Amino acid sequence: MCKVVVVTSGKGGVGKTTSSASLGAALAQEGHKVAVVDFDVGLRNLDLVMGAERRVVFDLVNVVQGDAKLPQALIRDKRVETLFLLPASQTRDKDALTEVGVGRVIDELRESFDWVICDSPAGIEKGATLAMRFAELAVVVTNPEVSSVRDSDRIIGMLDSKTRCAENGDRLEKQLLLTRYDPARAARGEMMKVEDVLEILAIPLLGIVAESPDVLTASNVGCPVTLHNPGSPAARAYREAARRLLGETITMDEPRERRGFMSRLFGRKAAA
Amino acid sequence: MAAQLYPGHHPAAAQRQAPADPDGPSLPMLRVRGRSVMALVIAPEPPFANWFAALDQQMRRSAGFFADRPVVVDLGAVFESVGRDAIPVALDGIEERGLRVIGAEGVGPSVLAGTRWSRLPTSLHGRDVAQAPEADPPAAASVPSLLVDRPVRSGQSVVFEDGDITVVGAVASGAEVIAGGSIHVYGALRGRALAGLRTGAGARIFCRRLEAELVGVDQLYRTAEHWGPDLHGRAVQVRCDRGALQISALD
Repeated sequence: MCKVVVVTSGKGGVGKTTSSASLGAALAQEGHKVAVVDFDVGLRNLDLVMGAERRVVFDLVNVVQGDAKLPQALIRDKRVETLFLLPASQTRDKDALTEVGVGRVIDELRESFDWVICDSPAGIEKGATLAMRFAELAVVVTNPEVSSVRDSDRIIGMLDSKTRCAENGDRLEKQLLLTRYDPARAARGEMMKVEDVLEILAIPLLGIVAESPDVLTASNVGCPVTLHNPGSPAARAYREAARRLLGETITMDEPRERRGFMSRLFGRKAAA
Repeated sequence: MAAQLYPGHHPAAAQRQAPADPDGPSLPMLRVRGRSVMALVIAPEPPFANWFAALDQQMRRSAGFFADRPVVVDLGAVFESVGRDAIPVALDGIEERGLRVIGAEGVGPSVLAGTRWSRLPTSLHGRDVAQAPEADPPAAASVPSLLVDRPVRSGQSVVFEDGDITVVGAVASGAEVIAGGSIHVYGALRGRALAGLRTGAGARIFCRRLEAELVGVDQLYRTAEHWGPDLHGRAVQVRCDRGALQISALD
């Protein structure tokens, strides 16, 4: 039984690609066969974040247009053997994708994978709508700030109307992944609190990933954080989110400020 | 040929402001009302000779069919099969027959640029409605209310001109709810709510939590900066009272 997941947000730069790679890697580390598909045709990044940029021969556009077969375009990860990447084309644009073609590719992926993770481009145009089109589960990536929350709300509205799941009368399952959460700033009221975001978006919480240099470092070296630095809080957050996707019940820990005893004594005053 | 319902003047665009003090003498209150009109959508197809012949025949057969009806021209088929040069030809032909073209769809503004139709709107919002045969008796009783059983998300617009709207859930920032009658929001109202498009000043807006960008009843509206922090976040009702919009807490 395969599940097609779209990782989407509306706004750019909130962590869709990082989250797609990390969730995909975490699911694969749990032993599932995972394909991560980059829908950001023209601005592809997933290959870099997954460290496969030197191995791209064929891409999603080639497969959609029938110039290459799916197995030719899929790149197997060198670290986790059940993890595969279907890269986007960098030289084309989103118009190179067609709904029929994408549907055919997704159907073919369904046959051989447990999870298909569609990394959506930013925006609400063709690339984003095609990425969400065939999904039955959406991971809505949001930063705790008003612009990101409102864009996510817009995307949730589209998930409820523009996906095939919604058009068939089913309600698409949506889960919130809160990324780049900074507990210190949230405590000072400079950032939205978790409960405020949940209150506005009114969808279940999949996980909270704290803002962390570990994530950036992992992206820069081309390795999902769950593989690069498994002990880091971000890796743990993604791993737990992946296990929640698999149906496990794990209590949600809100990231806390990590301070020493002395700075906890004096830091507050300094910040005030 | 489909009929389409277009909200004509969007009430949200209504500007009604107290006279600004620095600009000298007090100006009259500007009142702008919302209006929806029925437009007919026609889609020309090549070859034009045949299509216009069919149009002429239709107009001869029922002279009143297009009378005084605004017309929206769907140019998608023409643009795809013949190209942009054919578009002014199609529009000119339709205009010559006395039809009143108020907009185009199926093409972007760039396609019309450089022609004398360049100012024609290409992004009218509306939805197709079934064109009931004229012989049919009018529907017995219109549905009095619309129940929206999910949050209204940013960018969504719920328009129900026949009566009241009840939303179970929040109305997000950037969303709008427009009702012929009253509006009930069992959740936070963060977007826009405009009531009384049809029933007028008798309509009211109720919400569990007022965090709205704009509320309006009949021809009156208020933006968030008009009500103070006292009402923000509270359960309120909004109504017209002797020509003024009253927002009062319910608890």
